[in-house]
Amino acid sequence: MDGVGLNHYLLLSATLFAIGAIGVLVRRNVILVLMSLELMFNAANINLVAVSYFRPDLTGQIFSIFTITVAAAEITVGLGLVIALFRNKEAINVDEFNLLKG
Amino acid sequence: MSSAAFYLISAIILGGALAMITSRSLVRSVIWMVVSFVGVGALFLLLEAEFIAAVQILVYAGGIVVLFLFVVMLVNLDELQRVEYLHRQWLPAVLLICLLLAELGFMMWAGAGDTVVPLPDQDQLDAVLRSVRGGNVETIGMTLYTDYILPFEVVSVLLLVAMIGAIYLAKERV
Repeated sequence: MDGVGLNHYLLLSATLFAIGAIGVLVRRNVILVLMSLELMFNAANINLVAVSYFRPDLTGQIFSIFTITVAAAEITVGLGLVIALFRNKEAINVDEFNLLKG
Repeated sequence: MSSAAFYLISAIILGGALAMITSRSLVRSVIWMVVSFVGVGALFLLLEAEFIAAVQILVYAGGIVVLFLFVVMLVNLDELQRVEYLHRQWLPAVLLICLLLAELGFMMWAGAGDTVVPLPDQDQLDAVLRSVRGGNVETIGMTLYTDYILPFEVVSVLLLVAMIGAIYLAKERV
């Protein structure tokens, strides 16, 4: 690794997180919102593994396994919710899910 | 050599992510998401985390993408066409995110002058990441089943709860 330090990895991770956040805030398709959420999880994992390489310490890699598991659980429940919502409201536009709005 | 690989992989990751959030077709978005995830897996290989790279490919590029494709096929495509592309307040959202990114980037580059993290040498890396029989997978397995056995069990219960919850939510009649 000649010129690439920890900062490069952190900056790449921050950019990926920002792209994911733009996807969550800007797009109206609920499935794409969930996909952008996965991008943000990936950005967190890059941080963990990069710090684990530069310290060096195994804990970052172990922790990223737990992060991946939590992401998988989150996406399972999220897609289950999307299917239930689509069955009840026939819509996948996030703005139409306003049952709880006062 | 290695820094060229880093920049190539970064371009693949960020390009895939950008194409994913801008694509109008949902199936195309999923394909771009695979590109981005495989790029992240390659980055993990570059960081000498072989096991995490394999898990990344198996869980993300394998499992989660198939799950997304299933849901895209379940909701009918006519409905997908009618969804408006962007949120009404997209411009302030993008500006705020750019501000966030500028802050994060400034902090990282301003802090880089004071605390440059030295590059680890290969012996040091092998001693930590490959301490058990010279393998990353063996080392992670040993650490996971000794020091982190309780979190490991807790997270497996979490996965079970998520599975039951997903089945319950997606059931026809509740």
